[in-house]
Amino acid sequence: MKTIKIQNIAAVLLVAIATVSCNDDDNNNVDPITSVDFSGTFVQQDQMARPAINTVFIASGQPKDDFNGTIPSQMGATYQSIFKSRLLALNPAYTTNALTLTADQFTGVLATDILGVATTGKTTFFDGTNVLTGRALADDVIDTELLLIFGGPQGADNPQLTSDHVDANDKAFTVAFPYMGAAW
Amino acid sequence: MIIGLSLVAISGLVLVAADHIDAPSVTGNAADITDVYAFQGQDTNNMVFAVNTQGLLSPGGTAAAEFSENMLIEVNIDNTGDNVEDLVIQAIRKGDKMYFFGPYAPAAKGLSSTIDVSKASGSVAISKYGAAANVSTENGMKFFAGPRDDPFFFDLGQFQKILGGTATGFNNPGTDTFAGTNVLAVVVEVPKSSLGNAATINVWSETKKKQ
Repeated sequence: MKTIKIQNIAAVLLVAIATVSCNDDDNNNVDPITSVDFSGTFVQQDQMARPAINTVFIASGQPKDDFNGTIPSQMGATYQSIFKSRLLALNPAYTTNALTLTADQFTGVLATDILGVATTGKTTFFDGTNVLTGRALADDVIDTELLLIFGGPQGADNPQLTSDHVDANDKAFTVAFPYMGAAW
Repeated sequence: MIIGLSLVAISGLVLVAADHIDAPSVTGNAADITDVYAFQGQDTNNMVFAVNTQGLLSPGGTAAAEFSENMLIEVNIDNTGDNVEDLVIQAIRKGDKMYFFGPYAPAAKGLSSTIDVSKASGSVAISKYGAAANVSTENGMKFFAGPRDDPFFFDLGQFQKILGGTATGFNNPGTDTFAGTNVLAVVVEVPKSSLGNAATINVWSETKKKQ
């Protein structure tokens, strides 16, 4: 009797499994969410938007950790003056840059680490025409930042510092998703 | 001896200073974000968000690198201009899959997050090193998670020499410090219509650790 019962239960289970599979064979998932634990509270460890901002403007060690643990809406008040000191240490002759921003204005923008992204049209860090409308994979973001930090109002100052002369990635990007090249 | 020590000191500086391993508490672990990208998709009705983590992985070290089951990777989107997130897209590994939630308006904002499982939008099997990219499409969204070539390029080594006073400018051509290295990437493509109606959104990424 016991054996028969187990066989019956097994048969019912098989039918149930088969039924679930049939209902959901579009994506082959048997409701993944209910069987996985997503509970808990998650606390910020790192934060990033614009490339290399933490690298360039924040001192090594604990200050970098502190910046990474700050939310953008609170960054400006804490970091604008720190960024300004750093900017003027990097380029003591800074007056304005190619975006016509003074040191106060420029560091006021940078200290809040967010990436502005246009929801229509081209998305690029800088392509000669569009400025800060996103960040595409091929954008030479470092040259853009170097130009704004060192290049002066016309972008012509400190030519030895306004490009790292690495202008492209070492692997091609793909037209289709996921866009990035395969790992080396 | 002195030359040897100097080389060690210089390479140490170079490695420590990347953005890309930019701070002691996240260096070399799953919390470290190397780059975030936001761009219009191949289908221009869509927006793509890419968050790369764990930079400077050597080819030999990439297969062993993995996402943490306790580290939430979050794309934050402000569509009202106050630098506070109105929407989040969340990704977290469980087993051999990456699960995605949103875009949705989070109940909690700021330093701490929770996951609203009712906002699940899809999942993808994490791509294995050396295998073709595994992509899934659900609910009008596309998902990828796994190793990729690091798309970032920069002569960081020369920049460090400039900062350290041992060089006065960049070389031409420069040397890409990130050539031949990999990252663990999370890429999600969503309809722009799911991001609100603002002409410009503000985007940033965060890693958040389960307490």
